[in-house]
Amino acid sequence: MFGNIQLLIAAPALNVQLLLDGILIGAIFALAAYGLALVWGVMNVKNLAQGDYVILGGYIAWWGQKTFGIHPIVMLPIACVLLFIMGWLLYLLIIRWVINRDMFTSLLATFGIAFMLAQLLNVAFGPEIQTAQSGMTTRTLFATVSVAEIKVVSFVLCCVLAALIVAFMKKSRMGQAIRATAQDARAARIMGIDTERVYAFTYALNAAICAAAGVLISMIWVIQPFYGITHAIRSFVIVTAAGLGNLPGVIVAAFGLGVAEQYGGFVLGAELQQVSVVGLLLIVLIWRQIKLARLRQVVQ
Amino acid sequence: MRNMYTILPTVAAGITALAVLTAGPAYAKVEGDSIILGSAISFTGKYSTNGIHAKNGYDLGVKIINERGGVKVDGKTYKLKVKYYDDESTPARTAQLLERLIKQDGVKFFLGPYSSATTKAAAPIVEKYKVPMVEAEGASRSLFTKGYRYLFAVLSTSEQYLASAIALAAELAPKIGKKPSDIKVAMSFENDPFSLDVRAGVIEDTKRFGMKIVVDDKMPRDLSDISPTLRKVQAVKPDILVISGHSKGAATAARQIKELKIDVPMIAMTHCEAAKIVQKFGKSVDDYLCPTQWSETLSYKDDYFGTAADYDKLFKATFKGYKNVPYQSAQATAAVQVWKDAFERANSFDPMKVRDALSATDMKTFYGGIKFAKAGNNIAKPMVLRQIQGGQYVVVAPSKWASHPVNFPRKAKD
Amino acid sequence: MSAARQGFDSFEKNNRKQLPFYIGLLAFGILGPLLFPNYTLQIAILWIMVLFAQTWDTLGGQMGYNSLGNIFFFGAGMYISAIVQVGTVYDVGLYTSASGAGKASFTPDQYYTGISLGILAAGVGSALLAPILGFIMFGLRAAYFAIGTLGVALAAGEIIGAWQWVGGGSGIAMPVYPGSADGRSEFFYWISFAAAVATFLVLRWLYTTRFGLAINAIRDDEDKAEATGIPTLRHKIVAWSVAAFFLGISGAIFGNMTGFIEPLEVAFPTVTFGIFMVAMPLLGGKGTLWGPVLGAIVFHVVKEVTWTYLLGWQWVALGLIIIITVVFFQQGIMGWMKEKWPEKFGVVIDPVTAAESREEATR
Repeated sequence: MFGNIQLLIAAPALNVQLLLDGILIGAIFALAAYGLALVWGVMNVKNLAQGDYVILGGYIAWWGQKTFGIHPIVMLPIACVLLFIMGWLLYLLIIRWVINRDMFTSLLATFGIAFMLAQLLNVAFGPEIQTAQSGMTTRTLFATVSVAEIKVVSFVLCCVLAALIVAFMKKSRMGQAIRATAQDARAARIMGIDTERVYAFTYALNAAICAAAGVLISMIWVIQPFYGITHAIRSFVIVTAAGLGNLPGVIVAAFGLGVAEQYGGFVLGAELQQVSVVGLLLIVLIWRQIKLARLRQVVQ
Repeated sequence: MRNMYTILPTVAAGITALAVLTAGPAYAKVEGDSIILGSAISFTGKYSTNGIHAKNGYDLGVKIINERGGVKVDGKTYKLKVKYYDDESTPARTAQLLERLIKQDGVKFFLGPYSSATTKAAAPIVEKYKVPMVEAEGASRSLFTKGYRYLFAVLSTSEQYLASAIALAAELAPKIGKKPSDIKVAMSFENDPFSLDVRAGVIEDTKRFGMKIVVDDKMPRDLSDISPTLRKVQAVKPDILVISGHSKGAATAARQIKELKIDVPMIAMTHCEAAKIVQKFGKSVDDYLCPTQWSETLSYKDDYFGTAADYDKLFKATFKGYKNVPYQSAQATAAVQVWKDAFERANSFDPMKVRDALSATDMKTFYGGIKFAKAGNNIAKPMVLRQIQGGQYVVVAPSKWASHPVNFPRKAKD
Repeated sequence: MSAARQGFDSFEKNNRKQLPFYIGLLAFGILGPLLFPNYTLQIAILWIMVLFAQTWDTLGGQMGYNSLGNIFFFGAGMYISAIVQVGTVYDVGLYTSASGAGKASFTPDQYYTGISLGILAAGVGSALLAPILGFIMFGLRAAYFAIGTLGVALAAGEIIGAWQWVGGGSGIAMPVYPGSADGRSEFFYWISFAAAVATFLVLRWLYTTRFGLAINAIRDDEDKAEATGIPTLRHKIVAWSVAAFFLGISGAIFGNMTGFIEPLEVAFPTVTFGIFMVAMPLLGGKGTLWGPVLGAIVFHVVKEVTWTYLLGWQWVALGLIIIITVVFFQQGIMGWMKEKWPEKFGVVIDPVTAAESREEATR
């Protein structure tokens, strides 16, 4: 461990490398986590199937490339549309019964969805690890730092998607309706907003966002039917650390998580990657708790 | 009150009925003209890729043996049949399912699960119930130091996997102007019993040559990102990179080595064929060294499957999507052959007699010779080391089997 | 307090009405292995599941703290007992070294001493870990508590996996039961059954005490409970310690039953057992005495059936079952029964309370 730290000090370029790796991958985490923050904030659904939507998106990209030879990036909008439809259907079938219930109801219902999706993927495509090929190469910058082009492309795509979503939320009727519903569902209903439709749209939008993240993941990492749960846990950690309804927080936390995984893996050893992430989460939570306690004392 | 008293017996009866249902159709060890072999293997979870490879091997073995006349015991011909359960890749489930196969399904003859971890949970159970198990997928050396009498393994043990790769590195060191003791080794292993056993073997070998271990990392739990380790490798520039993490670890490593352009003179990795890395990553995996239990180019043969090459053809014709037949499948088929041979020599279905016949096994198969040591491991078959050259697996060590010279040092490829 | 709560309370305080439950369950527990000797270990695991569900409900149902990381104590107990059982005879580091230190056997005396000490140490050790964790975690509320505890359980698996002395990811081969195969099944059956019954009795007693009322008060409104002078943190920690004690014991039993333990899949199976222990009490009806027990029985039986008959689709089936139960039986089996036969639960149908109860059900 100390050897690893010495290595970081001896070769400063490595720090740049790890930071870059972490931030580039963190952008994808941010996408999925933003989707979770959306459904959690708007409809109070804790979606444990988040990771499985990501993996499903990845499988759509991989399948399109394998059967029709379509480039995965072209598959991205297709995957989003497919997942959007699926999200809407799942909302009608399942999610609308669990909105605003006790917190574990939505957690368990979506966990059930996650189980089902994972095994359906397993039945359809087998348990092998799959990867979609971006066909891009890796560049070396300043002779020391190397970056895969696909990671940069995916980072840019994440930014574009994020900008689109933010603009949508701000400008469009539906976006405004979603925000209104999030603030006060009852008031929104009184003002004539069809909250049922808003909920369905929000859930479907989340699935579509996950699909985009999944397509990018399939080109950068690997996908496998049972990998969903780790992505779901990542999203939960990010949203929890950011605090609800805190979009900049989600982005910062996602980058933080990406960087923490890289540094944790480097310094402590990759087998302790999750430990470093969880450690960070606990520190954030407890720090916030202390702040809250102080606030309470001040109020008293 | 009446209601309550009527519900409860109903509930109780329901539970009992369901409990009986879980039994499934009652199998016996021999049912009519079928011999039932039991196996709990990974259909889901982290070992599932290889679990399916192994299941395909079992199924092919059973199919061919049944087609070519079945098993003759005491003048009667029997067919083989396998009863499977899904162990979810966890040893906790393996133990439960074996109990179930023994107690509820009445199975007395077993084929092994996939992986050392699950086999370690299975071994004490078959030992306790005195039912023999022929396993093909648990290579951990510690399985054969516990004095188990009912466990027989057709494969070579874990410390042999990468021994020849390390020996090769020592032998080739002068080519890059180094002494064997100057060789720097980087390692990345999955944190599971099999991979850690391989690691222990590698550490012993490196000590023998006085090599230096400069990176000694384990893979993260979900095996989807090992880039921190690879960044370290880039920084310390080792001479050999050693990787073992079943199929998932192998696929992740191959992908990230390609993407990060890791340039190491020698890369040795287990489970190359099972992870289908040539199909997935093409030229980028050229010059990888892959230890294998079996190769279709070897000159082994038997009466059922012909030569190793014939088995290779038959397997590819039976199951879609294989460019290279993983040795996990070949050794699973060999395990079924061992059962057939043992039943016929025992000429009985008495587990004790069959066990004795198993321990006296001495046969030649397409997979290689099979002869069990007292501890149950196969001592009649060496491991070979193959290198990927131009997308083909060619044998480079040991010299007895080698068909091609080794490409060394390796250059990073796209 | 709502109508639903009153209903359960009056039911649970009336022993005569619960009598058929007691008789049925005890009869099943005692006659089970005699009538179905081939199912002994399967029923033993059923009792472990019952224990899981009950101990989760102590926090989740009675105190309103939904933990996703209770599996931590299960794994901790498993490892504590393994270290004690091996450590009383051999050097643990040598025993677990990956190169395989040769044959290690235990005499029957060593085995029984080891396992008794191991189970005891597992319970006590886990119960002592609960306050340490509690000081950190109980500052968190609701979903933050759930995710925080989940994180702890995940991290614990990795930390044990990196700890060479206990074998890391290679795991530990547990001492082997010295008697016959059937003797082994029965041995583990009776200790699992005893553990589940002891858990039930202790929790039942606990819920009737002032302490039980206090943790109910924490669930209903923690700030008000604190304002009325209940030392909430102390109560929360004690409740978690009680749950941890029994969970630790269940881990020790399960580890010995499995025969081989390793950190990621056997000791800290966060996404299987860890989630099942939440699903079972919800299925049965949380916050009730009998709900978790019924939920565990139904869940386990259904799971075993699907794993036998729907091989290849078992997770799909399990997912469907979970979805259907949470969507259509939101109050769990107990809630559903209460609605069906309210008078059996001592609920007097009175238009006002009925309306209240409906309102609560939809909130």
